[in-house]
Amino acid sequence: MTKVVSRPSLSHRVNFWVRDHLIVFYGIAALIYLFAPIVVVAIFSFNKPEGRSNSSWNYFSLDAWTNICRDQNICASLQTSLQIGLGSTILATILGTLISFALVRHRFHGRSTTNLLIFLPMATPEVVLGASLLALFLSIGLPLGPITIFIAHTMFCISFVVVTVKARLQGMDPRLEEAAQDLYADEKATFRYVTLPLVAPGIAAAALLSFSLSFDDYIITSFNSGTTVTFPMYVWGAAQRGIPAQVNVIGTIMFVGSLAMVLVAQAVGRARHKR
Amino acid sequence: MVAILSKKPGEISTAPKARGRKITPYILLFPGMAWLTVFFIVPLFSLVSTSLMQRVGIDEFSPALQIANYTDAITTYSDKYLLSFKYAGIATVLALAIAYPLAYFIAFKSGKWKNFLLVLVVAPFFASFLIRTYAWQTILTDDGVINQFVAGLGILPENRLLATPIAVVAGLTYNFLPFMTLPLYSSLDRIDPRLIEAANDLYAKPFAGFRKVTVPLSMPGVVAGTLLTFIPAAGDYINAVLLGGPNDKMIGYTIQARFVQMRDYPTAAALSFILLAMILILVMSYVRKAGTEELL
Repeated sequence: MTKVVSRPSLSHRVNFWVRDHLIVFYGIAALIYLFAPIVVVAIFSFNKPEGRSNSSWNYFSLDAWTNICRDQNICASLQTSLQIGLGSTILATILGTLISFALVRHRFHGRSTTNLLIFLPMATPEVVLGASLLALFLSIGLPLGPITIFIAHTMFCISFVVVTVKARLQGMDPRLEEAAQDLYADEKATFRYVTLPLVAPGIAAAALLSFSLSFDDYIITSFNSGTTVTFPMYVWGAAQRGIPAQVNVIGTIMFVGSLAMVLVAQAVGRARHKR
Repeated sequence: MVAILSKKPGEISTAPKARGRKITPYILLFPGMAWLTVFFIVPLFSLVSTSLMQRVGIDEFSPALQIANYTDAITTYSDKYLLSFKYAGIATVLALAIAYPLAYFIAFKSGKWKNFLLVLVVAPFFASFLIRTYAWQTILTDDGVINQFVAGLGILPENRLLATPIAVVAGLTYNFLPFMTLPLYSSLDRIDPRLIEAANDLYAKPFAGFRKVTVPLSMPGVVAGTLLTFIPAAGDYINAVLLGGPNDKMIGYTIQARFVQMRDYPTAAALSFILLAMILILVMSYVRKAGTEELL
């Protein structure tokens, strides 16, 4: 007898190795796929395009980076988008957070109707949201402009705020608040020193999500903007005649900025957790 | 997106606040619900009433009951609807095929890199939708590396990628991928690994364990992910305009052009209402078939 110990057969082990590592290779391939357009955007932000169209490489230049506002329309549209984004984020975050508290912390009649009304805007295609709002604005005679964009953005952001904050509230351990009350904290103090700090990350995430949804929206805005030009509207208009490299610069900054923000937030969260 | 799934049905918190004050929840709900009612529900009614209007002048319409707007819209544009649903359907299936292994990888194989990988998966979508799609235009362009390679294989009907349905579907698949990946991840991540171990202990081959344990438990994620991908993809027109040819325009484009450029409000309103109705019917029958009604 030479071999008693029964080891898994070679083919079995190869099988296992492939199965275990295939998924890793797959993950890497998927990440390359996800990042390909971002890399292209970043590379072409350093391009000096030959004509108007920035889609074939000419030569390296920092022009676009040092002179973002050369076409003043870019920066004007950015400013418009920032203002509308901030405004609708603030309002949607407040309205959505209040709804989440009602949904998680209270029993009341009409709960399923509320849930449905939160869910429906997310399940409605953007063209329909945009078209129906335009139908409303036309019939009541409200002139299109920053106000109508603000109304539309706030509307579709509320639902996303509710689902984000609600998840955070539901994930909280109710015993923490009970403990505070056992220690004779009144309702106000419990809310101020226990509930609010615990929900804050959820509210912050919801606000970030709202802002990026609003800042990035093209379809709904295209129905309700009138002559107002937001940043996506500018990009769409420019796409017809060739997008300037400055747009790539802004895309790259948005990407790096939000990635950095999320990673820092995660690191802070982890550090707090360890403490 | 994740949050939709992490909602456990019927969960009511036992938190010790505001018991017995019946009016508090309504005060909290009122401002937000009022906003949604006035700017989401009421507009749907304006949409319906607009869709039934009658043309009385160049840019003038009067309230009427023109059912013909609907029948005209359907007969004229039925092929656009079919095209949109076809592209959105293919993109959804592709997104599922790409996202499932990716979500599986992050949920089960990434160890301490889990959170970092999740951020990486979502990160590309922080760069604007339009800019991303425009980048795909650059990537797939006729003299680009990818197009040269694929066209060299001689399998493409038109010998190019850009301005073909392939590019439109590729763009849709890419742009709505996080809506697929995140729900899948959150349902996979919640699977108790001991259930899979138990399957292995009971001599299930790895694939059998995957098929009989992992897949059924991830179904809520599959349903949510496919819905969250399909619905926006069916109404999208950005990908079709930037990446497709003149015949690939989707119904969203027709609606936008009719409404905003041509000011043919009744037809555009009828078209959008039909789109909404079709999507709702599809979603309802799909959810019923998938047997996860508590998701809604």
